[in-house]
Amino acid sequence: MNNLPLLSLIIFTPWIGAALLAFLRGASVSVTRTLALAFSLAPLALGLVAAAAFDPARTAPQFVENHLWISALNVHYRLGLDGLSLVLVLLTGIVTPAALLAAWRQEHCPRMFGALFLLLQGAALGVFLALDFFHWFVFWELSLVPAFFLIKLWGGASGRGDAPATRAAYQFVIYTIGGSAFMLVGFAALFVATGTLDFHQLAQHGADGALAAKLGASGVRWVFLGVLLGLAVKVPLWPFHTWLPPAYAEAPTSGSMFLTGVMSKMGVYGFLRILWPIFPAQLHAAAPCLIWLAVAGVVLGAYAALRQTDLKRLVAYSSINHLSYCLLALFAVAYATGRNGLHGEAATAALSGAILQMFNHGLSAAALFYCVGVLESRAGGKRGIGDFGGVRTAAPLFAGLCGISLFSSLGLPGLNGFVGEFLIFRGVFGLHGAAATVACLGLLATAIFLLTFWQKVFHGPLGPNVGGALRPDSSSATDPSGHQAPPTPNGFADLNAIELAPLLPLVVLMFVLGVYPQLLAGLINPLVTSWAGHLVLP
Amino acid sequence: MSLPVQYVWLIPLLPLLAAGIGAVTPRGGVKIASAAAIGAMVLGFFLSCGALATALAHPAAHATANFAWFDLGAGTLRLGWVLDPIAAFMLVMVTFVGALIFIFSTGYMHEDERAKQFFCFLSLFASAMLGVVIANSLLLLFICWELVGLASYLLIGFWFHKPEAAAAAKKAFITTRIGDLGLLLGMLWLYDSTGSLLFYDGGHGVLEPTAVANLNAQLVFGGLALSTVIGLLIFCGAVGKSGQFPLHVWLPDAMEGPTPVSALIHAATMVAAGVFLMARVYPLLTPDALKVIAFTGAITALMGALIAVAQNDIKRILAFSTVSQLGYMMLAIGVGSWVAAIFHLLTHAFFKALLFLGAGSVIHAAHHEQDIRSLGGLRGPMKVTFATFAIGMMALAGVPFLFSGFWSKEAILHAAHGWEVSHLPFYMGLTAVVLTAFYMTRLMAETFFGKARTHASEHAHESPASMTIPLVILAVCAVALSLLAWPSPWLQHILDPKAHAEGGGAGLMVLSIVLVAIGIGSGWAIYGRTTREKATSADPLAARVPGVIAFLGARMKFDELYAATVFQLNAALATAADLLDRYVWDAAVRLLAQIGIFAGLVNRETDEDGLNGGFDATSESLRDTGKAYSRAQTGDAHGYLRTVAIGFVLLVLIVMLGGRR
Repeated sequence: MNNLPLLSLIIFTPWIGAALLAFLRGASVSVTRTLALAFSLAPLALGLVAAAAFDPARTAPQFVENHLWISALNVHYRLGLDGLSLVLVLLTGIVTPAALLAAWRQEHCPRMFGALFLLLQGAALGVFLALDFFHWFVFWELSLVPAFFLIKLWGGASGRGDAPATRAAYQFVIYTIGGSAFMLVGFAALFVATGTLDFHQLAQHGADGALAAKLGASGVRWVFLGVLLGLAVKVPLWPFHTWLPPAYAEAPTSGSMFLTGVMSKMGVYGFLRILWPIFPAQLHAAAPCLIWLAVAGVVLGAYAALRQTDLKRLVAYSSINHLSYCLLALFAVAYATGRNGLHGEAATAALSGAILQMFNHGLSAAALFYCVGVLESRAGGKRGIGDFGGVRTAAPLFAGLCGISLFSSLGLPGLNGFVGEFLIFRGVFGLHGAAATVACLGLLATAIFLLTFWQKVFHGPLGPNVGGALRPDSSSATDPSGHQAPPTPNGFADLNAIELAPLLPLVVLMFVLGVYPQLLAGLINPLVTSWAGHLVLP
Repeated sequence: MSLPVQYVWLIPLLPLLAAGIGAVTPRGGVKIASAAAIGAMVLGFFLSCGALATALAHPAAHATANFAWFDLGAGTLRLGWVLDPIAAFMLVMVTFVGALIFIFSTGYMHEDERAKQFFCFLSLFASAMLGVVIANSLLLLFICWELVGLASYLLIGFWFHKPEAAAAAKKAFITTRIGDLGLLLGMLWLYDSTGSLLFYDGGHGVLEPTAVANLNAQLVFGGLALSTVIGLLIFCGAVGKSGQFPLHVWLPDAMEGPTPVSALIHAATMVAAGVFLMARVYPLLTPDALKVIAFTGAITALMGALIAVAQNDIKRILAFSTVSQLGYMMLAIGVGSWVAAIFHLLTHAFFKALLFLGAGSVIHAAHHEQDIRSLGGLRGPMKVTFATFAIGMMALAGVPFLFSGFWSKEAILHAAHGWEVSHLPFYMGLTAVVLTAFYMTRLMAETFFGKARTHASEHAHESPASMTIPLVILAVCAVALSLLAWPSPWLQHILDPKAHAEGGGAGLMVLSIVLVAIGIGSGWAIYGRTTREKATSADPLAARVPGVIAFLGARMKFDELYAATVFQLNAALATAADLLDRYVWDAAVRLLAQIGIFAGLVNRETDEDGLNGGFDATSESLRDTGKAYSRAQTGDAHGYLRTVAIGFVLLVLIVMLGGRR
């Protein structure tokens, strides 16, 4: 057990699957789909094995693999797993198979689609497990390649790529790479100054002030800004978010599920794993400004969602809103570090809330994108908020599950979203009361736009793409003997078993984690408590 | 039989299980769902009686059962249950009234094909409400509180195919959520300053003297005590949920739901949750906070009664009377008599459920005709409904001695009279007494007296036994609950033994009896002596003061006011956020991209003209080689991807092998 490179297996099993799919030219469609699904489930299984052997009380990384890789550059292949990584590994393990299941009916080259998805999954897992900047950055950038092709070739209204999808894909990749370039330069500077790219060592240099001594105060500030920019674009932090709505809207359904479920977490993870530990003083100095950017993301993201008529853009904006809560929590902690009257309890609550929110948002946003995808597939590619109506009458099961996802996203107690948001608000209120108070507006706007979504799509009389417009014609189709007219071709069928498969596990988890958050809290609490216990500035 | 606090969670769990059963039952399984729902409530009622016995054995003690929810920091986040007389009375009331309303629903909803879902939602609602009652933590109370809101949302919008019902449900959820944000902030502040949200925790709870003294001692902006601010923030939640001015606008619209929902949620229990919350956190409330609460309550009481005078929909009249009565309860809390508030809450729950179910019986019989101008003459065909409704009406109007509503309202007026700060709320309450008696007399006269004015009311017939039996039981209770206050103020002694019941007040009692008589008398004089001829005849009051009645009939234009202010502001903010994204941030990104492209262009031109001239010849030969390679570029995306994939795998292999060294 101890000799088994468990973490490497978690990362590379999907890639082995991707390679296999790339070479299996003649395999039938169902074989490729099953293979892709099986390989995407492997990280979940391995992640659960890791969770079983994981000792939450130890806050240092566990299952560490450490090999010298490029000795000239002092680069180590170093992997490790702590509570934060574990939670995100599990999330990736859940969302990826769900996304692949969502694309089960996808007919446009399923083999390549599966291979790209597995590449994407492996890269994301690598980001969550790498402890050295060198290969962390390789994983980080590699994740863009499959994401680019997924949006460009499978996105758009046709599901086979079109001009808006291409444009969104380019914007997404170039914007993100543009941000990352600054981060790369920043780390080059760090390497020159310290001779290491190991996160832990860098954090030590950052904490004891050695970094500032070597680079100079302004030097560190520039490096900090570079890294901040790279991460801020990825999350995204308001106002670096404009690539997100088109990218999420143009991506295929499963692509949107993965982008919002997992890739958006990579940015937040970077904030927690890299930016905050290595640059505590700089983050503290920037926090008074960053906090309000996060609040702007919370409030304006929600308000912008109110104006969206494209359901996918609406859910995309809700993602901006939800992820801004995570950043708000971190910035509030950074803001209060070193100030009088810092409450360790508030910091613990905020950071726990941020991690729980990452997981919970992954579930609910993926579920919502999936639901919009179902609507889209039923309506022949239409997904305007006014294109439906009365879906709850036509498809009660689908309506129920989508409703649960909506209320989870809205933060209804009893479902998963509430716990994270409550803890974030509890923490931020204690650390920066004004920001928490203003951010409350976001809670209200979120409720308004999600309920508007629900009301317009699911309630009221049957709408144009739900068989409603065909009602007058269908009466003529009734034959004189009084038999029921056959279902109209446009009739809105309820979910079948395959369509249920991606959604049901997500909804079940929403309930389980809403009632028993200890499942996740138990994994991260000691880690977060130790973070909150070492809040010092150099 | 007594139920210890350790098992009190069984009471909300039972309806939750019933809701689960209802959710998984197939569509036709109305019988199973309704049997589970009613069974859970009846069983819950017996358990609640056991809980009441436990609580009455030690009325001054707050028995608690706290437990850890999840790890947080060095400790855990704890929630808990509490059992004391106020919780126990509420448990008994909610389960009893709830069970009767569930039974009534089997008759009322028997034609609805989604009836099983109806019972599922009703059970969910009951479970959440019972959770609110026994929560020993503001967080747990908030959780159940929000679930009450959810259940209410689902039930108001039960007939969601009607756009008005869907809109009313959303309005209710959003309006109450506005109040809930205040509650959330109050809760966060309380948590942050005390480190706990448990009400009672062996001396460490937030309602216990140590914490309260601590909160009273801290001053925040403007020299207000911290407890004042927190108390008022919590009160915001109660304002939303209990339909207090200025957030009362959702409650009348909520009448779009089926009538049993109106009875259960928007009269007897859910709206009472706000009053209950304020009674629960009463130890936190400072005199400053109480002033605000008293005036809010008095304004609500008067405003609701005024608007009710000019409504024509039977359910909306009752809805505004609920708003008004809830105002009375808040007034009682504000003037310091939370016991009177709870007493009125209990009696009101019974007689308002009775009135709503009576209205439901009328609506059911009159083929969903709700306009009192179109009814009339139902006294003959619907004898049971008429008699029970009359009892409910007299209890609400405060007809003396026999009816419980008289005693509870008397207690509130008495407390308001004794309030040292101001007598204004007392006079507002007295005015509302007259108005209440007046509009209820109008409602009775228009609905039950005179002659049937439409086809629907001509053919009305008495409702089935499943609907009339609950009416009779509730009517008996509406009378019998007088026993809580008379001949001895028993409830007062149980709930708050320290406060001595003030004697005397006979003069006050006479005054309010006279006021009730004036209200009923004038109502009868205007609407009863000469009853309406046709559904379309003019209202006698509207003929005399048309402007006032039109203003009141339009609900004092609150909806229009909010549409012009809050909605506009909201829409403007949304537009601003959207435009900011489209035309500022996105434009900045595009500008950067254009600059990049331009720089590339300049670069290329200078390179080609300035530097490349001499190399062109050399390049020519290279170009031929390039052509050979370019044949590999097929333009086939799959081919590219394959090459990418193969290259990727090779890269990984190299990296992995290289890493071993």
